Amino acid sequence: MTLLSIRDLTVYHGQLRAVDGLSLEVERGEVLAIIGANGAGKSTLLRAVAGLNPPASGSITLDGRDITRMPAHKRVPAGIALVPEGRRLFRSLTVEENLLAGAYRGRPGAWNLARVYELFPWMADRRAQNAAQLSGGEQQAVAIGRALLSNPALLLIDELSLGLAPVVVRRIYEVLPDIVTAGTTALLVEQDVSQAMRVADRLHCLLEGRSVLRGRPRELTPEQVEHAYFGIGTAYAGGTPGKGGD
Amino acid sequence: MTLSQTLIARAAQVRVSRAARSSKVSGAAMALIAVVLAALPFLVFSTVTDTLVNLFVLIALASMWNLLAGFGGLVSVGQQAYIGIGAYSVIALADQGVQPYLAVPLGALTCALFAVPTSWLAFRLRGDYFAVGTWVIAEVYRLLVVRIDGVGGGSGKGLSGMSGIDQTLRGALTYWIALALALATIGGCYLLLRGRVGLSLMAVRDEETAASSAGIDVTRAKRLVYLISAAGCGAAGGVITISSLSVNPDAIFSVQWSAYMIFIVVIGGIGYIEGPLLGALVFFALQQVLADYGSWYLVLLGAVGVAAALWLPGGLWGLVRDRTGLSLFPVGYHVREGGGDAASR
Amino acid sequence: MGWLNAIVQGLLLGGLYALFATGLSLMFGVMRIVNLAHGDLAVVASFLALALVSGTGLPLWVVMVVTVPLFALLGYLTQRVLLQRSLGAGPLATLLVTFGLSIVLQNILLEVFSADTRTLDGGSFATASFHLTDSTSVGYLSLTTFLLACAALAGIQVFLSRTGLGRMLRASADDRETASLMGADSRHVYGIATAIAFATVALAGLMFAMRSSFDPSIGPSRLIFAFEAVVIGGLGSLWGTLLGGMVLGVAQSLSAQVDPALTLLAGHLIFLAVLAFRPQGLLAGRAA
Repeated sequence: MTLLSIRDLTVYHGQLRAVDGLSLEVERGEVLAIIGANGAGKSTLLRAVAGLNPPASGSITLDGRDITRMPAHKRVPAGIALVPEGRRLFRSLTVEENLLAGAYRGRPGAWNLARVYELFPWMADRRAQNAAQLSGGEQQAVAIGRALLSNPALLLIDELSLGLAPVVVRRIYEVLPDIVTAGTTALLVEQDVSQAMRVADRLHCLLEGRSVLRGRPRELTPEQVEHAYFGIGTAYAGGTPGKGGD
Repeated sequence: MTLSQTLIARAAQVRVSRAARSSKVSGAAMALIAVVLAALPFLVFSTVTDTLVNLFVLIALASMWNLLAGFGGLVSVGQQAYIGIGAYSVIALADQGVQPYLAVPLGALTCALFAVPTSWLAFRLRGDYFAVGTWVIAEVYRLLVVRIDGVGGGSGKGLSGMSGIDQTLRGALTYWIALALALATIGGCYLLLRGRVGLSLMAVRDEETAASSAGIDVTRAKRLVYLISAAGCGAAGGVITISSLSVNPDAIFSVQWSAYMIFIVVIGGIGYIEGPLLGALVFFALQQVLADYGSWYLVLLGAVGVAAALWLPGGLWGLVRDRTGLSLFPVGYHVREGGGDAASR
Repeated sequence: MGWLNAIVQGLLLGGLYALFATGLSLMFGVMRIVNLAHGDLAVVASFLALALVSGTGLPLWVVMVVTVPLFALLGYLTQRVLLQRSLGAGPLATLLVTFGLSIVLQNILLEVFSADTRTLDGGSFATASFHLTDSTSVGYLSLTTFLLACAALAGIQVFLSRTGLGRMLRASADDRETASLMGADSRHVYGIATAIAFATVALAGLMFAMRSSFDPSIGPSRLIFAFEAVVIGGLGSLWGTLLGGMVLGVAQSLSAQVDPALTLLAGHLIFLAVLAFRPQGLLAGRAA
């Protein structure tokens, strides 16, 4: 069953057409990863889904409901939560206050403070600490916990691995199956291709705002991915979608 | 076409030039207007020229505030400090036997000197802090001046050294000095902004961090603008004094001056040299028309200012420019696509 | 009056300065708006109370109970109608809009109430006092204003740290966009911040009116006091604002002991000294 459906979406980042006539669907309960080089339009796409960048044209549908023009703050009760690029924790709030901020307009559901502390046991001991004092990896975990507390149907994670050591990234991704099992669908943007291929059910590769390759990780060859990622070969530069089981 | 190809292709089609064609024609027109204005004391009654002195002071003050805020990014609410210091310098120098008209440029110099240590303190403040901080500094200057008995303390003082001059000649001299001040501030802004300083200021205004990493000495450029603005406001304070023949500390250090400067610039168009000129004319006309309505004219002025800030961020001149592409004082570079129509600023 | 008395009076006055400054600090912290009409709003509250007392004959406390919520509502509306629009129109716009508002308010007051100096008669309560020591007497009014100011500050502190909306206010101060990702409608959050600011400024305005005389043009100099209290104490901290208000109050009160003409100058000089040597304020702020 389709949870999120994006049709012919075009979004500008400043004057640049960052997302260019993109269409994709996210099935309920899956992990879809979007990969692509710097400036491929990945973050702009997530921001458009979260309501931060208004699209120029096209449509976004969540659970059959058109949310294309819905402001960001109304998408939270509708079931969308974004873990933004660079974590963006509230620096003057404590760890627990950051988490509770996520519950401000959240939906009822399985995720609450206790459940997040269960997912990240170290967090409970440091709940009264200022969020700015945490390490990058710890901040990323809090940002995920904060998004979970709104009990989203669709969890958007933007560049989780940015600026973090690979071992830290792996540890954070380890909780992803728990999150999905609890009934959340995940749409991730990831620059680290091997990491994305490890955790995702399906993959989309973006190049200059268009989807140039899609498929299940085990059905794609490294060469295909590499070509799509860097835009090698004329077939991709024209924007024709690559082949893949979909 | 890929992004980089597009960019290269577009870059090949554009030509960059400076003076818009309209500005050469208007330059001649403006020179003519200046000559007519200079001849005015021979042509009309002194009531007209006396009124125009106020207009010229407003133009000078607004130009200085525009230079400071519109180009230097320094939003000050405390330029009345220099109006006051300039005015009191003229009073004090005249007491020492200096010819009052000569004291006006000396007063401007005094203000520039005062502005040096003041800028050390004020430049520690950023953005909105700067605005209110400069206001407090102006208040401190006022409170210090009223403690000096030699210049009349809290009740102010009359200007000496003017009694020997014939009244008509005095009016004309004051008029010419005010006109010279207005022309000097506009011309000074134009020359300053055309040069290296203007370029670095506009870079700083658009992106301070990038400008400083590109090797622009941000603080030096801003300080220069601050000193010039202080001198200009000081000269204006001096002209106010030789026109009114006395000074009152509460009036000359009043934050009202900042209100006038800000509203003239906002209504006229901040960041354009033409803005204060146009704004001052509008403000002056409002002042003349609504003079009988007491405080209501200030209520209206405040409301117009609010409306302009909200709905007309480029001011009246921005509107004129968008409609006609006219530029009297071109300080930016014009990008012409394909050698034809003007695009961008 | 002795020195000890001057210090006690200064501390009590400082509490009122702090209450008055809180709104300024809150609006800057949450929205980055320096409200240049802040002082004039307090004066508007003073005149409104004066008009209500003389027009309706209601007791002063009833007038207070009416004025403060009315100002909160006014604040919410001002934010939604006027300030919200200015936030989108560039960094200079908010400064200009509030400055314009200040000019408008001052001159309307001038037209309606004339330039005469007024006082709000607080009755026998306003003049009564008790002796702390032989040379130090404390007025019931100054003590009450001080306690009320502290209570209001404590109430705001509890609201900011214990409620969901209060947390979102602080979160929005840190990062507006991310706060919207939590479901916070920034327009509503900003409206609430402005409502609190207006309510506290009205309360402070009423207390100023009972303590000392006022006229339509006094707003800007009041604004300077508030700004000084905020900066001396350190932006973004309510207790810093209280400390800043007290430092300002004591400085003014002590210098008045030396020479009444020095009162304002002393406050300004302390403010400038803090700006020059400790720009983050005495208590560097942590939370809004």
